[in-house]
Amino acid sequence: MKAKSPLEIYKFLPQTNCGECGFDTCMSFAAHLLDRSAKPTQCKPLVEQAKKDEKAKKKLQQIEELVAPEIAEVVIGTGDYAVKIGGEDVLHRHELTFFNPTAFFYDIPDSLDDKEIDERCSKVVEYKKFYVGKFLTIEGMAVRCVSGDAKRFREVVKRVAGYGRPMILVSLDANCMKSALEVVADKRPLIYAATEDNWREFLKLALEFKVPVVVRSKDLNTLKSLAVTFRKAGIKDIVLDPVTEPMGEGLRRTFERVIQLRRTAIHEDKDVAYPIMVTPISAWVIEGDDVAKAYWESVIGAIFIVKYADVMIFKSLEPWTVMPLVILRQNIYTDPRVPVQVEPGLRKIGNPDENSPVMITTNFALTYYTVESDLTSAKIDCWLLVLDTGGICVEAAVAGGQFNANGVKELMKQTKIEEKVKHRYLIIPGLAARLKGAIEDETGWKVLVGPIDSGRIKGWLEQNWPPKNGDKP
Amino acid sequence: MKIDDFFKLLKKYNVEELEGVRIEGDIEIEIESGANLLPIIQALAQELGMAAYHLARASKILGFPVEQLFGGELKEVMEKKLEKKEELPQELVKAEFKPYKAKFPGKINEVTLGATPKEGGTRKYTITVGGEKSLPFYFFDAEQPHLPVITIDVFDKPVPFPKAVREHYEDVMDNPAEWAKKVVKDFGADMITIHLISTDPLLDDTPIHEAVKTVEDILQAVKCPIVVGGSGNKEKDPLLLEKVAEVAEGERVLLASATLDTDWERIANAAKRHNQVVLAWTQLDINSQKTLNRYLLKKAGLSPDSLVMDPTTAPLGYGLDYAFSNMERIRLAALKGDADLAFPISSGTTNAWGAREAWMKESPISGDTSWGPRELRGPLWEILTGLTLALAGVDIFMMLHPASVAVLKDVISMLGGKSKESVDKDWLVVA
Repeated sequence: MKAKSPLEIYKFLPQTNCGECGFDTCMSFAAHLLDRSAKPTQCKPLVEQAKKDEKAKKKLQQIEELVAPEIAEVVIGTGDYAVKIGGEDVLHRHELTFFNPTAFFYDIPDSLDDKEIDERCSKVVEYKKFYVGKFLTIEGMAVRCVSGDAKRFREVVKRVAGYGRPMILVSLDANCMKSALEVVADKRPLIYAATEDNWREFLKLALEFKVPVVVRSKDLNTLKSLAVTFRKAGIKDIVLDPVTEPMGEGLRRTFERVIQLRRTAIHEDKDVAYPIMVTPISAWVIEGDDVAKAYWESVIGAIFIVKYADVMIFKSLEPWTVMPLVILRQNIYTDPRVPVQVEPGLRKIGNPDENSPVMITTNFALTYYTVESDLTSAKIDCWLLVLDTGGICVEAAVAGGQFNANGVKELMKQTKIEEKVKHRYLIIPGLAARLKGAIEDETGWKVLVGPIDSGRIKGWLEQNWPPKNGDKP
Repeated sequence: MKIDDFFKLLKKYNVEELEGVRIEGDIEIEIESGANLLPIIQALAQELGMAAYHLARASKILGFPVEQLFGGELKEVMEKKLEKKEELPQELVKAEFKPYKAKFPGKINEVTLGATPKEGGTRKYTITVGGEKSLPFYFFDAEQPHLPVITIDVFDKPVPFPKAVREHYEDVMDNPAEWAKKVVKDFGADMITIHLISTDPLLDDTPIHEAVKTVEDILQAVKCPIVVGGSGNKEKDPLLLEKVAEVAEGERVLLASATLDTDWERIANAAKRHNQVVLAWTQLDINSQKTLNRYLLKKAGLSPDSLVMDPTTAPLGYGLDYAFSNMERIRLAALKGDADLAFPISSGTTNAWGAREAWMKESPISGDTSWGPRELRGPLWEILTGLTLALAGVDIFMMLHPASVAVLKDVISMLGGKSKESVDKDWLVVA
C-alpha cells in the first residue's frame, strides 16, 4: 500500500476519537488501516459526511487510495462462493501477511460425458479437510473447451454452473467463449485467455460481458503490453498468466517469470500489479503414469503456492494430492501476526458425567482442535482440560517447560475439576509421559499416560477405561 | 457549471488523473508549460479520448480561453477523438517489462563437508554448501555456486517406521553399514546421516566407545561425507560427539547437534581439534539461533567455514509456516549483512513423517473427505515439507523416503538450472 505510516492516514480522519470504528482513537484506527486489519468504511462519521459533502468524500477516497493493496484484487464468481484473488502487499509473509489464499480450480474438459462431469464437479463441491477448527475446501471449476464445438462447450459450462461455484472458462477461441458467456456471464466467470493472437476479440468479450479476463504470454513484454492495452480500454479485472512450463529449463524460466512479475509489481511497476495465474495442470503434458504426473502437478502447485500464484488450475482431484496442497496453502496464508491459541480452561466433550475420563492437552490451536475433533468423532464423552502453554504444542511445551506439573495443578484448581468427577484419574498425552510422576506428586491424582496421537484415544480407552483397579489413590 | 459537475463529468469518462494538468481553488485551471500546450492536449487526447474533449469544453465553460489558445488545431483533435468514440484499439500498446533487480551486500559462508585423502580424510568426494548471494534459485539476481544436497537417515538400531517407509529398509535395519550402502547406491543419497539413538539412556544406553564403532563401520562402508547425530540426550550427546570427532579425525563430519542447553563448547572444541563441522540447532527462533552461533564462533572460536544451522523443521500442517518464515527471515537477515546468521541451513525434513496425515491409514475425523492411500500421501508430505523450505533457503535436507528424495532432487536440479530438457506441449490440449 502507498501509506507507510499511520500519520499519513490520520490526517484524513476526523480526529475526534469518537470510537465508532471500534478503536479508541483515530490514530489507533489509522494503525489498523495500515496493517489492513480495519477498513476505511468503518469510520462511520466520515462515511456519513461523505454522502453530503464533497470534501469528506474526497478524504474518504484519499484514504481508500492510501490503503489500497499493491496488487489489484479480482473477484471471480458471485454470491457466497465468490472468491477474491490478488490484493497482496508484501513479498514475504513475515513482513505483514499474505491476504487472499491461492484459489484452486479443477479442470473439467468438455470432452467428458455428463456423468463424468458430474462426478468431478461433485468432488470439488464436496471436498473437506478438517484443520485447526474448521473445514478447508476448494474453490471451483475450470471448464475447458477441448471439443472445439461452441455448442458443446456452452452446454457443459451451463451444466457446471449449476453447481454454483466460481468458474474459469478455458478456450482461446473467441466464438466458443462468446457462446459460453451468453449463458453464464452473470456468474462472473474468469475468462481464459487473451493472447497476442486473439486479444482483440477477447477484449471485446470482456467489455461486453463485464467479466474478469486472463492475459497470457511467456514473453513478459507482451504480457505487460496486453495488460496495459486492456486497462486503457477500460478493463480493471485482469489476471496475468506468464505460462507454466512444467519441467526442466522451462520450469526454471516459469519460476523466474512469476517471481519477476510479482517482485517488480510490488516494487515499482503498477502496469503488472495484477493477480498471477499458474497452471500446475501443465504437468500432465509430461510422459509418464498418472501417479507420476499427479506428483509433479503437486510439486508445481507447491512451488507457486509459496511463491506468489493467486489462482491455479489443477487436474488431479485425488484426495492424496488435494490434501497436502490445501494444507500448504493454509500454512502459507496463515496470518503470522495472530497467535494460534485457544482459551485455556475446561471443555465438555459430548455429555460427560462424574464417571467420565478427564484428559489434558495444550492451548495450541492446532493441537486443541485436533484433539477435540478426534474425541468428538470417536463419540467419547469426557472432560478436556486445556492448559495454557502459550500456544505451544505438547512435545515442545514439555521440552520447554510450559507444560509442567504446577501448571496442571493450577488449572485443575481453577476449573474445579475435582467437583465434577468422583474418580481421581488424569489422562495425559503420550508425548508428556515423562511428567507422570511430577503431576502425581503435585496433584495427588493418579496419572494415566494416553496414546501419542489423539486419533488413537478410542482404542486406548477401550483397553484402559475404566481403570482396572478402581480404588482411589 | 460548477466544479462538482466538472468532476462528475471527468468521472463519467473514467478520468482519474490528468497528467500535466492541475486544478486549483474553485474555478481556476492551470496548465503547465504554457508554450507547448498542443502536445500536452494531444497527449491528453490520446490518453483520455473523449475526456479531453469534455475537459476542453468544460474549461471553456469555466471561463478558460480554450479556442483562443489552440485555434483550429484543437477542434481538429477534438473531432478526431469524437469519431473514434466507440472504437477499440487495433494494436497493442507496446510496453517494456523491466525486471526489478535485487542486490544484497551479504553472502552465505561456504562450508565443505567430508575430506579426501589429500585433505586429511578418507572420503572419495567432498560436498560444499552455502555461498548464496540471493534468495534460493534466484539466478536472475546472482549466481548460486552450490545447489542443496540430500542426506538420508540411517539409525544404529531398528526404529518403528511408518509402513510406507519400513518396506524400503526392512532388509537392512539391523545393519547400519549395509543400510548406509543401500541409501547411497540405490537411493542416490549425496550424504548419509547416522543417528546413534541407541546411546539414549532410556533406550539401550549403548556405551560411547561402542557406539562410535558404528561410525567407524559407516566410514568404511560408504565413501560419501557423513553426518553423525546423537540421541538427543543433553548430557551424553556432547561426550558422544566429542568421541565421534576423535575417531573420525579429519573427515569433516557434520556433528549433530550443538544446542543452547547442551555443552556446546565441548562439541565446538572437539570439532576444532579434529577438523569437523558443527550443526547448531535451535527451536524456531531467529534470536536463539543468533545467540548460539555467536557462542560457537566468538566464545568457542569455531571457524565460520565449519558451522551449519538447523533452525528446526516443523512439518507441513504442523507449524511449517513458522519453520518457513523463520528460515526465510534468517536467510534474508544474512543476505542483508548479518554475519552471525550467514551460514548454510539444514532441515530435518524427515519430521514430515510425524504428521498423522503422512502415516495414518485414514482420517479419524468424521466429515473429512477420504485421505487416499497413505503409500502415496506419505512421501508427498515429505516432498512438500522439503520443497517449501528449499524456497526459504535450506542447503541440506535430512530425508527418509526414497521417492521423496528422488522427487526433491529433480526439483532442485530443475530450479537449479541443471536440467536442460523442456516440454513445449500446451496443457490446453491435455486429454
